[in-house]
Amino acid sequence: MATKSQRQAYGEALVELGKENKNIVALEADLGKSTMSILFQQQFPERYFEMGIAEANMASTAAGLALTGKIPFINSFAVFATGRCYDQLRQTIAIAGLNVNICGSSAGLSDFGDGSTHQSVEDMATMRVIPGMTVLVPVDAIETRKMVRAMAAHPGPCYIRINRNDLPFFTDEESEFEIGKLYPVREGGDVIVFANGVMVSKAVEAAEALAGEGISVKVVNVSTVKPLDKQAVIAMAKGFRAVVTAEEHSVIGGLGSAIAEALSEIKDIPLAIVGIEDRFGTSATNYDELLVYYGLTADAVKARIKKIIGKE
Amino acid sequence: MASQATIDHLEAKALALRDHIVNDLTGVGKVGHLGGSCSSAEIVAALYFHKMKHDPQNPALPDRDRFLLSKGHAALVQYAALAEAGYFPKEEMKKVKTLGAMLQGHPDMTRTPGIEANTGSLGQGLSIACGMALGLRLDGQASKVYVLIGDGELAEGQIWEAAMAASYYKIDNLVAIVDRNRLQATGAICDRFDTNPVTPKWAAFGWETIEIDGHDIGAILGALDKADRIKGKPTVIIAETVKGKCISFAENNPAFHNGAMTPEQWEIAKSDLNKLRR
Repeated sequence: MATKSQRQAYGEALVELGKENKNIVALEADLGKSTMSILFQQQFPERYFEMGIAEANMASTAAGLALTGKIPFINSFAVFATGRCYDQLRQTIAIAGLNVNICGSSAGLSDFGDGSTHQSVEDMATMRVIPGMTVLVPVDAIETRKMVRAMAAHPGPCYIRINRNDLPFFTDEESEFEIGKLYPVREGGDVIVFANGVMVSKAVEAAEALAGEGISVKVVNVSTVKPLDKQAVIAMAKGFRAVVTAEEHSVIGGLGSAIAEALSEIKDIPLAIVGIEDRFGTSATNYDELLVYYGLTADAVKARIKKIIGKE
Repeated sequence: MASQATIDHLEAKALALRDHIVNDLTGVGKVGHLGGSCSSAEIVAALYFHKMKHDPQNPALPDRDRFLLSKGHAALVQYAALAEAGYFPKEEMKKVKTLGAMLQGHPDMTRTPGIEANTGSLGQGLSIACGMALGLRLDGQASKVYVLIGDGELAEGQIWEAAMAASYYKIDNLVAIVDRNRLQATGAICDRFDTNPVTPKWAAFGWETIEIDGHDIGAILGALDKADRIKGKPTVIIAETVKGKCISFAENNPAFHNGAMTPEQWEIAKSDLNKLRR
């Protein structure tokens, strides 16, 4: 299966956008070689601000740039871009609804070697709870490029959660991306799985395995976690025996919670949330090893699907 | 050198701001940040009624100078200045901090004409000002960005991140003013988390420093003009002030960081201000 790095795509998309719009600016906190904002620096040094290892100042500086009509993208690892400057994102950027775009790179467990301090298991939750914040989780490199474009065009703040590793493609150049839409990647009739990021591929793998066992599974890529079209979630879920969600994130406050909030308005559809069980990350020798350790695998999704419909 | 007429005009404006603070924005039993608002009245008057290019009829004027109140709790003095300048009807002041009011507890650009950013979470205004100044520079605008910071606020680490960034990027269209009234919410700064010495810190971070009496209009104007001539680095004006200035019972009194006046105190405050009228 062909794969590509989301962060490479992110950096290339920033450059493309920068060529079209002179108001695009990028700010970095000394991780440009990882976030790939360095590609923007190479093309537009005068519109690139290395803000040093000082994320809080980076975020508020971006607010000031936005207030003069610039469209800033701030870059760091997800854990720092959301955690070290939560108050800055909230107070000046989100309250005023400024077009500041936050790139949370090396998100989830994807920075496998660096351990708990560098792995973000709660960024979807903390960003989702800020009023007016858009939260995007690309499934692949192509969707990443489209998201970067959508973020710049969107008037309020947007957070994008970028995986460090190469991920398989589920979209192509022709497929649509619009903030707030749900994108089914596989049809099915018994159970519906809402997934995002790396977990879309795990859910599809689980669905393929279950097809052989006579269980038909639909998989939906929820690449916009917020705003979530609750009515669309309800409409999609209706008629299925159960709903399962899958995310590379804490089971608290992320995609599973968002889907549960939507489905709380209807009854009679059981729901299971696959994610990281209220724990921090840890170091490992590779990404897959960590996904297995935290139960973020096709087998884990498959087991949850079978359990929730009573076919264990 | 500013003319005596200019100084007289701005002293009258500073008095008008304090009048609004005492009569329109607080009053009897209404909690407000009287102390920190009065300590910066001359600075704010000098900026809005003399130094800054701005247009109350067109708050979005592209080449306007910008003012940010990093110490956002002193919103009363900025609201007084905006009302006095004509950004909105003076009646709005009476509704400050009520449900649905244009004038919120802290500056809110989404509601109040003339407010440039949402500030008040301390330590962030200087960074916002740096971003604005960089954005204006990218556009080739000659506008200046002024940001008023409290000396208690200097305890916030982000101030010093921004101070480093401003000198690294040689942001010379930026002027920070420290309202050095030496008190914070609970008492004397030097007895709590001492942010002193102030001036050497800014100098060490690569800033041009100017020390003045923050209630001396002539000195404020002189410092602002000098800042215009400083190129290649940012300027900070350290303004020595008195918290609660001109309101006798509030001067240097931490209780009026965010206090409410009794009826007797309100009478004294009005009388204090009346004595200053010419």
